[in-house]
Amino acid sequence: MAEAIDYKALKAGGFMKQVQKGYGSLRLQVIGGNLDAKAIKTVAEVAEKYGHGYVHMTSRQGIEIPFIHVNDLQKVKDELKEGGVGTGVCGPRVRTITACQGSEICPSGCIDTYTLAKELDARYFGRELPHKFKFGVTGCQNNCLKAEENDVGIKGGMTVEYKEDACISCGVCVKACREKALTMTDGKVEIDRTKCNNCARCVKSCPTDAWEGTPGYIVSFGGTFGNKIYKAEELVPIIRDKETLFRVTDAAIEYFEANANPSERFRATLQRLGDEGLREVVNKAYEGGN
Amino acid sequence: MADVIEFDEKIDITDKVCPLTFVTAKVAIEELDDGEVLAIRLNDGEPVQNVPRSFKEDGHQVLKLDDNGDGTYTLYVRKVEE
Repeated sequence: MAEAIDYKALKAGGFMKQVQKGYGSLRLQVIGGNLDAKAIKTVAEVAEKYGHGYVHMTSRQGIEIPFIHVNDLQKVKDELKEGGVGTGVCGPRVRTITACQGSEICPSGCIDTYTLAKELDARYFGRELPHKFKFGVTGCQNNCLKAEENDVGIKGGMTVEYKEDACISCGVCVKACREKALTMTDGKVEIDRTKCNNCARCVKSCPTDAWEGTPGYIVSFGGTFGNKIYKAEELVPIIRDKETLFRVTDAAIEYFEANANPSERFRATLQRLGDEGLREVVNKAYEGGN
Repeated sequence: MADVIEFDEKIDITDKVCPLTFVTAKVAIEELDDGEVLAIRLNDGEPVQNVPRSFKEDGHQVLKLDDNGDGTYTLYVRKVEE
């Protein structure tokens, strides 16, 4: 092994240098935190055969196999691929798309997070950018997936409408609402829209479906949770359809690509330039423009 | 809109903490026959926010939530057999 190891190139392929010379921890591609049984078996076999027989679960729903020798890397990647497992990425590009279980599994979920995570993965995963770029998708205001710690966070919510005819004045929704947005007067529920955070707890709790909820995406921008900690901010109203959602996420990522200095996180760019520019492009995208 | 709801069984879960609040209520409703009504006295806060919804998710019919004025509520639920 006379030639120097190009760790930067290896990093792009998800291989991260270890303390132990010649070894790296290989990051695998996981979408929305799900991995099927066949993939899990493959990972287990590879970890036993080439690693030290264990995996590390990363903080962002990823799996890494530590103690892969750089000389085995190609064989390892080939065997993983054969077993249906892709490798992840590190470095300045779009990282693992994380997601909670969403409305297909969780009673609290307002949106199908896993499908959305797969779509975001197909659209952006591995895309080269000035710095790392993270997407996270969470199904509701409980925020199990911590949407706002991502460069772009997507959170499920609902816009709600009261159907007085179906209401039995039971009072459950008034108590279910944590924002105290609902009050009952003479058997009729009134909503204070300025307090409603689209959590849909009224919809979920109503025994007679007197609250009708339309699912939507609450999008926030510029979160980081590493060396610096900033909460991503909502810059557009709740989005009702995926076409608009992707227009908005495209606009955000293109803004970052065009305006960030090399090695500058999204939040740092927004701090340097102010958020007006981003606000303008994402709102234009929200309205339907390009 | 009847002000007084008749019930077949009454339980008090104000001395229970999550998850025993709903577990206790769930066990109690299982003892009832289809169509019978369970009255559950529960605390303000998490129990009153979550227990009604859990009954709905299990397919039962929530009828009414009464504020007892002492920091507790009474929830009336009609049992619906699967």
